[in-house]
Amino acid sequence: MAKAAAIPAGVAAKADSHDHHAPPQLKVAEPPKELEREPLVLNNRSLTWITDAIAGVCEKPMPKWWWPAFILSAGTMGMMFSLIAYLISTGVGVWGLNQPADWAWDITNFVFWIGIGHAGTLISAVLCLLRQKWRTSINRAAEAMTIFAVACAGIFPVVHTGRVWFALFPGYLIPFPNSNGIWPQFRSPLLWDVFAVSTYGTVSLLFWYTGLIPDLATLRDRATHKVRRFFYGLFSLGWTGSNRHWSNYEKAYLILAGLSTPLVLSVHSIVSFDFAVSQVPGWHTTIFPPYFVAGAIFSGFGMVLTLMIPMRALFNLHDIITTRHIELMCKVLLATGSIVGYAYGMEFFIAWYGGSPYELYAFKNRAFGPYWWSYWSMITCNVISPHFFWFKKLRTNVVFVWIVSCFVNVGMWFERFVIIVTSLHRDYLPSSWGYFTPTWVDVFTFVGSFGLFMTLFLLFIRFLPAISITEVKAVTPQADPHHPLGGAKGHHH
Amino acid sequence: MSAKPLGLLAQFETAADIMNAALAVRDAGFKKWDVFTPFPIHGMDDAMALPNSKVGYFTFAGGLTGFFTGMSMIWFMNKFDYPLVVGGKPLFTPLFAFPVSYELTILLSAFGTLFGLALLNRLPKLHNPLFASERFKRATNDKFFVFVETADPKFSETETRALLEKLGASAIEEIQDTKD
Repeated sequence: MAKAAAIPAGVAAKADSHDHHAPPQLKVAEPPKELEREPLVLNNRSLTWITDAIAGVCEKPMPKWWWPAFILSAGTMGMMFSLIAYLISTGVGVWGLNQPADWAWDITNFVFWIGIGHAGTLISAVLCLLRQKWRTSINRAAEAMTIFAVACAGIFPVVHTGRVWFALFPGYLIPFPNSNGIWPQFRSPLLWDVFAVSTYGTVSLLFWYTGLIPDLATLRDRATHKVRRFFYGLFSLGWTGSNRHWSNYEKAYLILAGLSTPLVLSVHSIVSFDFAVSQVPGWHTTIFPPYFVAGAIFSGFGMVLTLMIPMRALFNLHDIITTRHIELMCKVLLATGSIVGYAYGMEFFIAWYGGSPYELYAFKNRAFGPYWWSYWSMITCNVISPHFFWFKKLRTNVVFVWIVSCFVNVGMWFERFVIIVTSLHRDYLPSSWGYFTPTWVDVFTFVGSFGLFMTLFLLFIRFLPAISITEVKAVTPQADPHHPLGGAKGHHH
Repeated sequence: MSAKPLGLLAQFETAADIMNAALAVRDAGFKKWDVFTPFPIHGMDDAMALPNSKVGYFTFAGGLTGFFTGMSMIWFMNKFDYPLVVGGKPLFTPLFAFPVSYELTILLSAFGTLFGLALLNRLPKLHNPLFASERFKRATNDKFFVFVETADPKFSETETRALLEKLGASAIEEIQDTKD
């Protein structure tokens, strides 16, 4: 059959044009080579290649390393749940926290995990609104990371109440009519946090699922096994790729991105209110909301790189997650790392300039007191390490980037530890001074949360497309009806 | 099993071809037809003369519900049903009620958006005669389709088929109603 279209492709450029004659050709000079951007998918891969490469990962049997990795992660996760059972049956005394440091590893771990989630939302929502097309290769896995990180985060504040049934059930945290006739106290930022984090987890899940629907339809249509076809079919809701559906879908996706953007900024702001609204020297500062948000994005991008670099190597996805993607993420690390470094400096300046002796003491104690080692670990990891990324050579060296990303993860955990423990351990009266040391339960509960995170992530890679098939296709030239690779004729001669 | 023809499904190979086909089918005056693509094609809504999506109204309704639910819930719990003075602060002001109401605004906006999306798209849909076509499986992979329904007043088995052929369809298939 003749492939020549009845209407010259040029007409498509003007959707309202009913003219069946070819429009006059404009002679436009090609842009200079150095201005051309590197393509988002390398080697000019076809649409089918993209489907096969991404869907193939979760259709073929998992590589040999998957089972050992899964058993190790699931075992670590099991250890965490056993330790939680031990804590609930014994009491919070199995952890090392006590007066004056009533918050220690528990809330450190909570803020650490919540912060990690923020990169996923930033990539999926903020970069979507800013039309950063490179996000398409990494947004799916980053959003999955968000949801799993929020799941890990949620465990700690619930468990640290000790008698968790009180926290969850009769109206201390979640408004619930109860026989005591009491209601939660909405003047407390801790309660704002409950709503912020639960909304964040829910909306991230909805956004992630919305993005998954067309890809689940792809997996349904490729499925060879009845069970797979049934489940992918069920969750893809009967998606066909109808343009009448796409029209609503695109609008809904844009709105969800628009909702997630103020949400992600509010979540870590509210987390910082847990501290900033209190009167504790070292916590009571107005810089906290923007500083926490920048730190969250910094830590999240660190975790995205820690996960993506091995994933792209193990599943051979170099043409989709390219060196350019890694470089761009390094630039985000550099920018947010610089903001974090500035905030550390500004905190010290204000502690001195504010003229409150308690505030100044809290900061001197942070850097030179008994927890000096945690402060300087934080500075090394968060302030110094991102500045290697001023150099392109280092940004494009994936092994180096991976090592720095691990430093960022460690540094951001220390940041929360520094903020929480160093501000608490020396109260106003020297008689209320103490030194917090974690117990083995503290340590292994935290290690176990990585088990939960990795178990969920490995299951995600096993059953769902780790990269958005639809969105990656949409940014290729084949998807553009005005590009020669998209079938346009008569544009380029 | 009745075998009532539902319409003609034409397959196209490139994004440009499907765009041209959509423009031509629209200009021919068809109303009951659709385009199926593996990804959203920029400009296709105009090419099909689709109106702006109404999803936003559902978002707005959800958001409004969320905000007022938050404010009235906090007023009811902290001022009306269980008034407890803490630190000499007022029992209710919209200021401390704002963060929670803000989160609920976003939460219910998101649910409203998804509910609107499902409703406007009539999803989930358990049965679709198009899925009987083996060819149509590639609509979620790398092929592009136009489906013109027999229910359209302009539909004619021969003329519509000729139009689709002229537009460069690489295959044309009749879709049957597979419902028992």
